[in-house]
Amino acid sequence: MELFFEQLLNGIAMGSIYALLTLGLALVYGILRILHVAHASVYTVGAYMGLFLYKLTGSLLICVIGSMASCALLGVAIERFAYYPLLKYPPYVPLIGSIAVMLSIEELCRLIAGPDVLTFPAELPFPAIRLGGINISSALMAIYCITAVILVLLWYITSHTELGLAMRATSQDIAIADAMGINSHFIISITFVIGSAIAAIAGILVGIYFNQVYPTMGYVPAYKTLALIVVGGLGSVPGAVIASLLLGFAETLLIGLVEIPLPRDALAFIAMIGVLMWRSEGLLGSR
Amino acid sequence: MSSYVITIGTVIVIYAIAACGLNVIIGYAGQVSLGHAAFVGIGAYTAALLSTKVGSSFWISLPIVLAISAIFGLLLGLPSLRVREDFLAITTIGINFIVEAIFNYVPFFGGALGIGGIPPIALFGAKLKGFAFFYLCIFFLLIVLAACWWFTRSWAGLACFALREEESAASSMGISPVRFKLLAFVVGTCMAGLSGALNAHYITFISATDFSFPFSILLLCMVVIGGMGTLWGPVLGALILGALPEIFRPIVDYRILFYTVMLLLMIRFQPGGLLGENMMVRRVLAKILPGVR
Repeated sequence: MELFFEQLLNGIAMGSIYALLTLGLALVYGILRILHVAHASVYTVGAYMGLFLYKLTGSLLICVIGSMASCALLGVAIERFAYYPLLKYPPYVPLIGSIAVMLSIEELCRLIAGPDVLTFPAELPFPAIRLGGINISSALMAIYCITAVILVLLWYITSHTELGLAMRATSQDIAIADAMGINSHFIISITFVIGSAIAAIAGILVGIYFNQVYPTMGYVPAYKTLALIVVGGLGSVPGAVIASLLLGFAETLLIGLVEIPLPRDALAFIAMIGVLMWRSEGLLGSR
Repeated sequence: MSSYVITIGTVIVIYAIAACGLNVIIGYAGQVSLGHAAFVGIGAYTAALLSTKVGSSFWISLPIVLAISAIFGLLLGLPSLRVREDFLAITTIGINFIVEAIFNYVPFFGGALGIGGIPPIALFGAKLKGFAFFYLCIFFLLIVLAACWWFTRSWAGLACFALREEESAASSMGISPVRFKLLAFVVGTCMAGLSGALNAHYITFISATDFSFPFSILLLCMVVIGGMGTLWGPVLGALILGALPEIFRPIVDYRILFYTVMLLLMIRFQPGGLLGENMMVRRVLAKILPGVR
């Protein structure tokens, strides 16, 4: 039973990390209708920048803020160079462009930082707690708290601020939003800033939680998060979060307790193909 | 010519066959498939299992390989009827990951160790090596190109072009999307299967990671750089991407970066590819020699 709860806690943590990554993807899909595969490379860069700044300064705060800022810049650069000029083509053209960006950044990380797995020996300033015989480590607590704060903040921004209103307007129709006096290109860039900064946090959290940072850490998440936004309902942020949490549970619980002959990473894709074939609007999507 | 050049040439020709198949699906029918490596893998594993477990020769297993590739092409082409464009692309990415996982985890397919000891192809009792195998691959590439050429000239090809340009308009003209999309998938995956079978008998060893997603991307690069929907584009793409890393041997570490940056620049500035519509070569020529079209 204890094992079950520990697996459950790990499942929530995995799900939270997936959610942080998938959020950015869902935001971008909502506004540009582009599958932003390169988002996972932003997350890799976030982990590397965080590690670099942490080793340089020893301060976790500088590490997080610096990494968020550089990832936000990278996200906007990707949007300006690779996506915005390609919007007039069929959707597979920016998708291929995105895959190319993703692989190039992954290679750059490998060439600059080396192919080895680096450790991220940082302690997160969160208390470890003990609930009825079950330990929740400080890393797990950090993941839960940070994810919850980000989700609440994001919900507040999109539903209660003028910026959120402009973002929703742009995602419904770019041309009409422009006509209403919204600088839609600026709003698109802001969306990339928000998504990429969250990806940086996800990168740092994963780096500390698994104590690993390596160039291909974004390879499987890149495509798994695509599957997740499809399962959640494209462009639906709450759907993406729910799908991420469910996958986190499914991966840790099913693999931990039941013997499945398939690798863990195939699960998301099987769920995705099922959803696409039978309920293509996803869990929370609307047609 | 040294055996080194022949080896590179053979690999390029085998790549080109698979790229031509991908071109039928993406370029002619407009169905974005990012899981083509899975079909090459299905062909390679079928050929490998037939020769190592049953002991059949390449010439007997070839029709079986083509048939099995066609069946899987038909099955995995079915999603293209349900989902379109970028959704189809991520569905095929998913298929690629699942197929690779099955090859990697099911003991029947050799698991993580793969399948070794595949015999080379024999013709009239003589084992084909070096030049002879190269000519055999060229022979198959010519057949594939002839099939592609015939496809673009046939009614089926025209129907596929119409579906690629505007599906609803084409289907209102009486062109069945189901028939011609699936036809394109079957033709494309047959070529992938052929490429896989040649690959398995040439290298004599295969494992699941040979057919993982990055190989799909490599094939896609070839088609995009050469020119989607053109006859010679995939061959040119295979030649460029196959030969360049050999020419730039000293910078072998930067090879993947080079591929991906090239793909990015290509898709950003010339989405039609080197030989595609509004091609760069023609634009440059028109600038140098005005009046030449």
